[in-house]
Amino acid sequence: MAAPDMNTPVLECNNVSISYYTRAGEIPAVVDFNLKVMPGEAVGIVGESGCGKSTVALAVMQYMGKNGAIVGGEIKFMGRDMRTMSEEELRDIRGSRISMVYQEPMASLNPSMLIREQLNEVLIYHEGISDEEASKRSIEMLDAVRLPDPERVMDSFPHQISGGQQQRVVIAMALLSKPQLLLLDEPTTALDVTVEAGVVELIKDISKRFGTSMIYISHNLGLILETCDKIAVMYSGEAVEFGTVNQVFDEMRHPYTRGLFNSIPLPGADRYSRPLVPIRGQLPLPHERPTGCNFGPRCDHFKDGVCNVEALHMQDVAGQKGQQVRCERYLSIDWEAAKPKAVAGDGVNYGKTVLQVKNMQKYYEVHDRSLKALISGKASRFVKANEKLDFEAREAETVAIVGESGCGKSTFAKVMLGLETATGGEVILNGQEIGQISVHKRTPQMVGSMQMIFQNPFETLNPSHTVGSQISRVLRMFGVAKSKEDALEKTYKLLDMVKLPRDFAQRRPRQLSGGQKQRVGIARAFAGEAQVVVADEPVSALDVSVQAAVTGLLTDIQRERRTTMLFISHDLSVVRYLADRVVVMYLGQIMEQGNTDDIYSPPYHPYTEALLSAVPIADTSITKKHIVLEGELPSPMNPPSGCPFQTRCPRKIGSICETDLPEVKDLGNGHKIMCHLSEEDLRAMEPVIAMPSDKKKSAASKSPGRVKAALAAASIAAIPGTAPKPAAQDKPVKKAVAKKPAAKKSAAKKPAAKKPAARKAGPERLKKARGKADDLKLISGVGPKLEQTLNKLGFWHFDQIASWRKADIAIVDDELSFKGRIERDDWVKQAKALARK
Amino acid sequence: MLQLAGKRLVQMALIMLTVSLLLFLAFEADKYSLAGKVLGQYSTEDQRLLWLEQNGYNAPFVQRYFTWVFNAARGDFGESVQFATPVSKLLKDHLLNTAVLGGLVFTITVSIALVLGVLSGIAEGSPRDRGITVLAVITTSIPEFASATILVAIFVFWLDILPGTSPFSNGLTWADANQLVLPVMVLVIYNFGYYTRMTRASMAEVMTSQYVRTAILKGLPYKRVILRHGLRNALIAPFTVMILQLNYLLSGVIVTEVFFSYKGFGKLLYEAALFGDIFVIEACAMVAVFIAVFSQFVSDIGYTLLNPRIRFS
Amino acid sequence: MTDTTAEQSNTPDTAKGLARFLAAFGLLRESWVGMIGLFLVSFWVLVAIFVDLLPLQDPLAQTRGAINLAMLTEDKTGVMHWMGTDDRGRDLLARLLHGSRVVLFWSTLATIVAYSVGMIMGVTAGYRGGWWDEIISFIGNVLLSFPQIVLLLVILTAFGPNSNVGIWMNTALGLDKTIVSGALIIVAITFSTAPQVARIVRGIVLDLKTRDYIAAAEVRGEGPLWIMLVELLPNARGPLIVDACLRLGYVIITIALLGFLSLGLPPPDPDWGKMISDGRQWGYNGLNMMLWPALAISSLVLGLNLLADGLREISLRD
Ligand SMILES: Nc1ncnc2c1ncn2[C@@H]1O[C@H](COP(=O)(O)OP(=O)(O)OP(=O)(O)O)[C@@H](O)[C@H]1O
Ligand code: SF4
Ligand code: SF4
Ligand SMILES: [Mg+2]
Repeated sequence: MAAPDMNTPVLECNNVSISYYTRAGEIPAVVDFNLKVMPGEAVGIVGESGCGKSTVALAVMQYMGKNGAIVGGEIKFMGRDMRTMSEEELRDIRGSRISMVYQEPMASLNPSMLIREQLNEVLIYHEGISDEEASKRSIEMLDAVRLPDPERVMDSFPHQISGGQQQRVVIAMALLSKPQLLLLDEPTTALDVTVEAGVVELIKDISKRFGTSMIYISHNLGLILETCDKIAVMYSGEAVEFGTVNQVFDEMRHPYTRGLFNSIPLPGADRYSRPLVPIRGQLPLPHERPTGCNFGPRCDHFKDGVCNVEALHMQDVAGQKGQQVRCERYLSIDWEAAKPKAVAGDGVNYGKTVLQVKNMQKYYEVHDRSLKALISGKASRFVKANEKLDFEAREAETVAIVGESGCGKSTFAKVMLGLETATGGEVILNGQEIGQISVHKRTPQMVGSMQMIFQNPFETLNPSHTVGSQISRVLRMFGVAKSKEDALEKTYKLLDMVKLPRDFAQRRPRQLSGGQKQRVGIARAFAGEAQVVVADEPVSALDVSVQAAVTGLLTDIQRERRTTMLFISHDLSVVRYLADRVVVMYLGQIMEQGNTDDIYSPPYHPYTEALLSAVPIADTSITKKHIVLEGELPSPMNPPSGCPFQTRCPRKIGSICETDLPEVKDLGNGHKIMCHLSEEDLRAMEPVIAMPSDKKKSAASKSPGRVKAALAAASIAAIPGTAPKPAAQDKPVKKAVAKKPAAKKSAAKKPAAKKPAARKAGPERLKKARGKADDLKLISGVGPKLEQTLNKLGFWHFDQIASWRKADIAIVDDELSFKGRIERDDWVKQAKALARK
Repeated sequence: MLQLAGKRLVQMALIMLTVSLLLFLAFEADKYSLAGKVLGQYSTEDQRLLWLEQNGYNAPFVQRYFTWVFNAARGDFGESVQFATPVSKLLKDHLLNTAVLGGLVFTITVSIALVLGVLSGIAEGSPRDRGITVLAVITTSIPEFASATILVAIFVFWLDILPGTSPFSNGLTWADANQLVLPVMVLVIYNFGYYTRMTRASMAEVMTSQYVRTAILKGLPYKRVILRHGLRNALIAPFTVMILQLNYLLSGVIVTEVFFSYKGFGKLLYEAALFGDIFVIEACAMVAVFIAVFSQFVSDIGYTLLNPRIRFS
Repeated sequence: MTDTTAEQSNTPDTAKGLARFLAAFGLLRESWVGMIGLFLVSFWVLVAIFVDLLPLQDPLAQTRGAINLAMLTEDKTGVMHWMGTDDRGRDLLARLLHGSRVVLFWSTLATIVAYSVGMIMGVTAGYRGGWWDEIISFIGNVLLSFPQIVLLLVILTAFGPNSNVGIWMNTALGLDKTIVSGALIIVAITFSTAPQVARIVRGIVLDLKTRDYIAAAEVRGEGPLWIMLVELLPNARGPLIVDACLRLGYVIITIALLGFLSLGLPPPDPDWGKMISDGRQWGYNGLNMMLWPALAISSLVLGLNLLADGLREISLRD
């Protein structure tokens, strides 16, 4: 195809309708969908589960499976209608001009083929080049997606690399033959938050580097804000609003979009300043959509005779170029009034301490049955799933336990509930040690006073029994209800409590929606008059619009009954809304704990800081630091020595982090941090999230566009290969602990004179190594990450470091924001020795 | 890998040992009844006691068991009462015949099943798929002795083109090869259905997998998608199951041999069972179990070799 | 425990359960394969139940001089033998239809016993894990390492009616010969079938036990028995019903096969397998005797297999 013309849209969907044919008849999955993607543009599609996002993506690929069909409209790629293309032409386009990245990287890679082969075949079949040439290009591409050691990755099977790496491989595969359009269908949903941040960073970079247009599908508004220029909001098979990111985020003109924003937690706000407002009701099934506006039954602005007359069409929003909505009444709605209003906080007064966890340890013994292990006598090792957990919870208090997968959250829950017994330490409930007592040995009162709410709504209820029988079983077990009639009566009360109709008692779980099932789960947990309720990610599997309702219900019940709640989550923005105290865990250990406000503002533990910055924020007025953690989560089977976070910590001091487990520092008010950083260093940290109310950021909030540009600039800086242009060295390029978006400001804060002066004093800094760079990692305390950073600062050789003066050290320390002068002196000494060799 | 093989071998030995103990318990725990079986109904009490004395049956049970196991491991299973020849010699001849029949059946069945299974799996829900599936269900519903009856009626009595029994009186010769046709047909008919459905299910599952979708959306030619991405993964499961099924095939072979008077392992076992020829039964059972356990071993190892997820972890 | 079980399934619920069960069969209408299967199976079941009411000859009565008659022939006394007669002059149609009762009775009983044992083994191994699993799986592996017929032959020769055990049961316990053989057949089939059932159940349970509702039950302190029987098994019923249909088919084949090998139920009760082997001795003349039972077994097993297929098809839909 000819060089892309900047004025022809790469993709144009006009009035596309897509249906699936099932036994129940035709299911209109997508109706009247319009979209235009210009060259280099990134368009986001956002919507809840089942609204038709993936269907749109697959339709663009012209791949509808056996029972799907595009029943109307046209899809034009580079000006040509794809429906007129032959199978042959389509095959030519797929994988080379349009390619796709999928939600589950593991499932979308062939498990029995080497990655080399899976990558090469794209080039071999599309460009007809030789295998060697293809390998070369593949390696280059793996490098470009920032995979460490591309050669090794090439010769691996998919299961041999981690999830984040797999997703990078899939992205590399999609980019290999430089497509004009890249479709990303929830590319980070299956990944951990900190790993997600890295992949998002990469995706943002792609369109800039390759000029690729993107369609980014997600249910997460924050991710769309980070990656896209324009956004289409879908609801129940229709696009309901379209516009630039700023138009839709700040000036949305559709009640559903408004509702969506009102119901998601924002990291900058808490439950008082901006309470969550759920959207009532639930998504209609595709074949049960109402006439007229699909959102009608859930819309607060619904007007009979206007909204439910005939199918609505997208209309241009007056005064907003390019913005469109599918709402008849958008002009007559008071949009300011629709924003959630702050409420007066009613401070909870906590009661006595209910739960004390003291030095709790849980080790699992794993048996290594390999011959080698048997011979060497190391046949069994211990996995430290929980190490020295230490915290308390009071009556009516919500303690959140935050961490990524494998950090030991679930193990902790299991010990609490007696499914496992602690290996060491104590768990004291109401003055009684329970950590060593398994659930079968607990008295019914003990069991009843500690209950759990589970994560997956589809698994939380037994599909074979009615809702009522499952609740009454609990009532009888804990002796709350004495007779059958009593149990039934109390079951009804519980259903009332979770705002479900009483006749749900006779229903089976299959007949309930996800949110309703979760409500039953809550009723069940509170049935035994629990004192402590452990909630394991209770809303993370629910649709965004019902999440708020369930969370609200949960906290209301908990406060009213003065129950203690342990809320397990990976999502720091949800936690901020409901927790009084937060415990941050990493690899089985508590990194930081404290009151919610203390956790969300500096001083931070470096891991908390990274987690906070990794949470995508759906608010254009908020700016945040971008901290992209390198590497993958270490396996709990094989944790690093010293500080658990040491392998990924951007603030790592040096070898002390690798050798010694840090002490827990008490910063007062119960705020405890486990880190080697000194208290001054901790206190010197800046907030990760900057609110528009911060005066110095007011400029940024007025023009969110500029902020975005700055964000982008900051992100580029963090990418090796793009940033270290000589000019960039003037800017304080912080590797990993990257710049805050308002780059100019923080640059100005620094004594500008310092740098030129320093440059004269020290060794010459080089853009490139003289010949082969020395392996700076030989200096103890310098890891691969620090080495890269040093390179970026222009240090490549031992002799350069050997001739460092005080000023150089100051600069390095300053630039890296790593403290530890003594350590640097040591570097110099070592470098001298190494240079002599 | 070696480790897995070692582990499996130990398991195999354990199973064989258990089986041998069970067999020994079942047949030789009561030595008086054993003597009666060996010497015949009309032997006198004294004859039996003498026989027990002479053959070392008065030794303690444990010692007898270990002697027996030891001899069995060397291939010495004693002497057949019915034929008055060493059991090992009987076994050898009959096993060979069975191997010929079994081998032929296995090869043919697997070939048919793979072709049909793949053809139906790649077009799940199509008329072709439905046709093949229904055919497979029908044929697996007709047990060997029933299909043998029907086939004999057709090919022997009606068309008169094949012999109705397969005694191979002159040994296995080419001239008599037509005697093999019916037994092979019977076994293939009964067994290919199951194999086909296995292959179909596996292929259909792979075809709906995300990585096949990825391969299609990478713009690869259809042939490459099927052959390289589909088949390779789809054949892992059927491979394992087919080898595991050797066990069941053996059951069918026994019936078929009895039906067609084919002088194989199965007929030997069956006749020994009717006659009460204990040593032959023991030997045949041990051999059958060995074949079953060994095929399981092969299937496990094969699965590991075929599946990189297990091979490299 | 009893009263709580009642609570889980109070009366209106049972009625509803029945309604749902019937509705499931109603769904079968959408699978023509399943419908054919259902038809074949119902045919034989109805025959087995009502065979006494049918205007048939006495299946045991031997008509002199009417040996090995071809189908649709009258004997000298003017009685019509629709399917002919066997080598003792007994009416084949009568024997065939009466045989269905024998086959279905013993095979259903054997399947139920084998299934119960297999389910208990499988659920215990799967849910309990650890040593329970190791031991149960080992027993299963030992039994499964016998080709089925070999196991049957070994059990029936070592403990058959003519063995010490068989004779003891017959004399000391005073059990009828048919019952002794029948019991032994059931035991033998249980030994060969239960491990297979156990394997399937174990697989399903291993999958189900990671569900949150099992954790919920554990968290509220339910005992293992409750969890296995009330929380786990009901959810395994879908695949197990399908499997039970197939399994019943195999058991029917096995019982007929034992009859064919003359190891089955003692004569003179009609037994399809035995009928085939009786016919085999007569060469061409016995063809009539062999073909009918062969078709009967095949049609019954086919019915069960098609039914299983239909049930699987509809269960996959939702
Ligand atoms: N193969 C199919 N057959 C029948 N219906 C389908 C099929 N695939 C999707 N649907 C239906 O089409 C609608 C849109 O599905 P789609 O997968 O596009 O949603 P989505 O927005 O991508 O959801 P998610 O966020 O869960 O990925 C849903 O109601 C879904 O149930
Ligand atoms: S059309 Fe009516 S019901 Fe639909 S979103 Fe607009 S106001 Fe609400
Ligand atoms: S600075 Fe050191 S101790 Fe602190 S988190 Fe980082 S690696 Fe751990
Ligand atoms: Mg989707």
